[in-house]
Amino acid sequence: MSNDPRSGAGRGAGTAVEEGRTVRLPPSLPSFWHRRHVLDLDDFSAEEIGLVMETADAMKEVLGRQIARVPTLRGTTIVTLFYEASTRTRTSFELAARVLGADVISIAATSSSVQKGESLVDTVLTLQAVGADMLIMRHRYSGAPYLAARHSRLKVVNGGDGWHAHPTQALLDLYTMRSHLGDLRGRKVVIVGDITHSRVARSNMWGLTAVGARVVICGPPTLMPVGLDGAQTGARRGTGRHERDELALPPVEVDLNLDRAIEGADVVMALRLQLERQQAGLIPSIREYARLYQVNAERLARAQPGALVLHPGPVNEGVEISPEVAHGAHSLIEEQVTNGVAVRMAVLYLLAGGQP
Amino acid sequence: MSGSLAIRGGRMLDPGRGLDKIADVLIENGRIAAVGPGLAGRAPPTADVIEAKGLVVCPGFVDIHCHLRDPGFEHKETIETGTRAAARGGFTTVCCMPNTEPPIDSQATVEYVLRTAAAVGLVRVLPIGCVSRGRHGEALAELADLAEAGVVGFSDDGNPVADGGLMRRALEYSQALGLPVIDHCEEPSLTKEGVMHEGWVATRLGLRGQPAAAEEAAVARDIALAEFTGSHVHIAHVSTRGSVELVRAAKIRGVNVTAEVTPHHLTLTHEAVAFSPACPARLSGRQAGRPASNDGLTYDTNAKVNPPLRTREDVEACVEGLLDGTIDAIATDHAPHALEDKLCEFDQAAFGISNFETALGALLTLVPGGRLDLPTLVAKLTAGPVAALALDRRPGLDGLGSLAPGAPADVVVLDPEREWVVKPERFASKGRNTPLAGRTLRGQVVATVYGGRVVYTLEAARIGTT
Repeated sequence: MSNDPRSGAGRGAGTAVEEGRTVRLPPSLPSFWHRRHVLDLDDFSAEEIGLVMETADAMKEVLGRQIARVPTLRGTTIVTLFYEASTRTRTSFELAARVLGADVISIAATSSSVQKGESLVDTVLTLQAVGADMLIMRHRYSGAPYLAARHSRLKVVNGGDGWHAHPTQALLDLYTMRSHLGDLRGRKVVIVGDITHSRVARSNMWGLTAVGARVVICGPPTLMPVGLDGAQTGARRGTGRHERDELALPPVEVDLNLDRAIEGADVVMALRLQLERQQAGLIPSIREYARLYQVNAERLARAQPGALVLHPGPVNEGVEISPEVAHGAHSLIEEQVTNGVAVRMAVLYLLAGGQP
Repeated sequence: MSGSLAIRGGRMLDPGRGLDKIADVLIENGRIAAVGPGLAGRAPPTADVIEAKGLVVCPGFVDIHCHLRDPGFEHKETIETGTRAAARGGFTTVCCMPNTEPPIDSQATVEYVLRTAAAVGLVRVLPIGCVSRGRHGEALAELADLAEAGVVGFSDDGNPVADGGLMRRALEYSQALGLPVIDHCEEPSLTKEGVMHEGWVATRLGLRGQPAAAEEAAVARDIALAEFTGSHVHIAHVSTRGSVELVRAAKIRGVNVTAEVTPHHLTLTHEAVAFSPACPARLSGRQAGRPASNDGLTYDTNAKVNPPLRTREDVEACVEGLLDGTIDAIATDHAPHALEDKLCEFDQAAFGISNFETALGALLTLVPGGRLDLPTLVAKLTAGPVAALALDRRPGLDGLGSLAPGAPADVVVLDPEREWVVKPERFASKGRNTPLAGRTLRGQVVATVYGGRVVYTLEAARIGTT
């Protein structure tokens, strides 16, 4: 464990040398980067997103080596604290941290003192006291990582909080799109599914609009949050929609009809439908949902030729996406997972090199 | 101490009687003896004197909705700390809600509250009894027993009376007792697990919302039942434009309905949950051009309250309703909580704001457009709530909420211009849960007199008591 809380800084920026080859990391972090935490993309500039993307390119190169390991974060202790089950996000973060040489401690909430009733703040302060430098946290309640960030000196990465945000997922989605399409300015991205309960959708809306993409949100009216767009979600009197500053929510378009929304799309992102939404009475049936909102070959034909298909996983094949599309030539679902490690390496690297 | 007290030279504001003039207030044996210019000289030489020149002198505030947490939740508040906080806020009469443990659904618990409050002796405490036994929302509590023990109304506050049939029976039964049913209006099937107002801020934060319609559906039902039974229903903490409109229309039809609104629903919006006043980033950081600090969203559990803080339009409608008489009273819904109830995930945090000590300052400072003038404000804290629950018809309380000769000598002296910073750690209340921490407010209570005794003076004001 690191005795000096600043030990991650300074050493991180610069070059990481392994087997005599130099990785093309930025020689020092640009002046606009002074982030302590990555909690959401709502305050990320296009410039900052660009920096993460470029850094991820370099990380991808590291991952391509025979022995994928660099000492960049040696001496840094990174804790993953997951209050909610996760396979891909947790594995991806832990692999990213290990490739960068960090010490990784992995805590599942079920096995910790959380079960004994310890509060989140106390848990986080305990981790700080034992010498952790960085905390990667997933929590079922929106805003929990903000609580951790406010009440500790740890650097906090949000690994998904409630319905609110999943910034590294959005960054890896951006990275995946960018690697196929280049600049995303003016590109049409359709996000379809259960928007209300989706942290992936929320962070993607912020990230995509920051880099200038045109974002269309699509899903059944009962799974569409209030305040985004009034035209198609009913009047919903009293939501304050007319009072908010224009950019207090990401500037997206809403279209409840997927056949129309998907027209000319460069990217189609399907979201996972939690099957309990039907039990909660939010949709009449999975069958009807699939009929109206499944991304299938027929619908995809309305998009741009070669349109990309993304899904944050895990996939309910035959529900939100048809098997032939999920495994088809346009699907980037596996590539998203692969890119996840590089993007998370970039995030950890940049945070370690930021201001202490 | 002598039985006499003179409050000299202040601006006497007694809106219930339409009085606003420079006058002395003379108090003898716990009652207002006389009010008028140049009276202080007539006070007996042994009388205590409060110099109130440049200050406002008005009837002690009456809060018809608060939570004292005692018995059962003494770690959040006790009758002693709660009434001390009330005195600091200028309240001399408070009606406490029955969601204690045990709940106030028996004579024994009513007597405990009354006896404890009398022993502390800082302000008058008038308990509100449960509508349903155990607050379970199933069977009526023994309402007549509770009335005899001294409750001033019935409520399952904290919970709505969800069952329309139970509400109907409660209204019928309470009518015979001459007491109102006070309802926390919330249709539970529409608010399931909602933790804030369902609006654009909830969307931004990814929090489950309670739609305005959940309150309005319950208000509409209660009005229909009051109209059907002819009974008096009092709508607690109105918070939406639609609720104000429903109450307004009902009053025009002559329905026996009254309503209250809290200081926070007159001053704050749902934006208080997400954005701090120091960082009014209703825009995201990148658009506001701030350096990326990522501390923009506060998820402020101290702004978590039920009913939730709503939109600006709702706040304006509540102010309008207060000004046009639709809403009868300002009631604090003082809801103290322990630190651990609020220092946690937003979804897990308790609902409520510790309100006694900031109510006046918030109302004088933060009402949009400063539309609430001082005489109206005082009226809605004195004569308004007294009339809403007919408290002055209770034995010994004739003239309550006014400075009429013979009225209980409950008086508050305040400085409407005095600026101060909200420091929750200095509250008398155990509940430090306020979204106003660190805010500068204008207007503060300088002295509180209850039953002719000075129960609070603001030390910093060095008020001249001789």
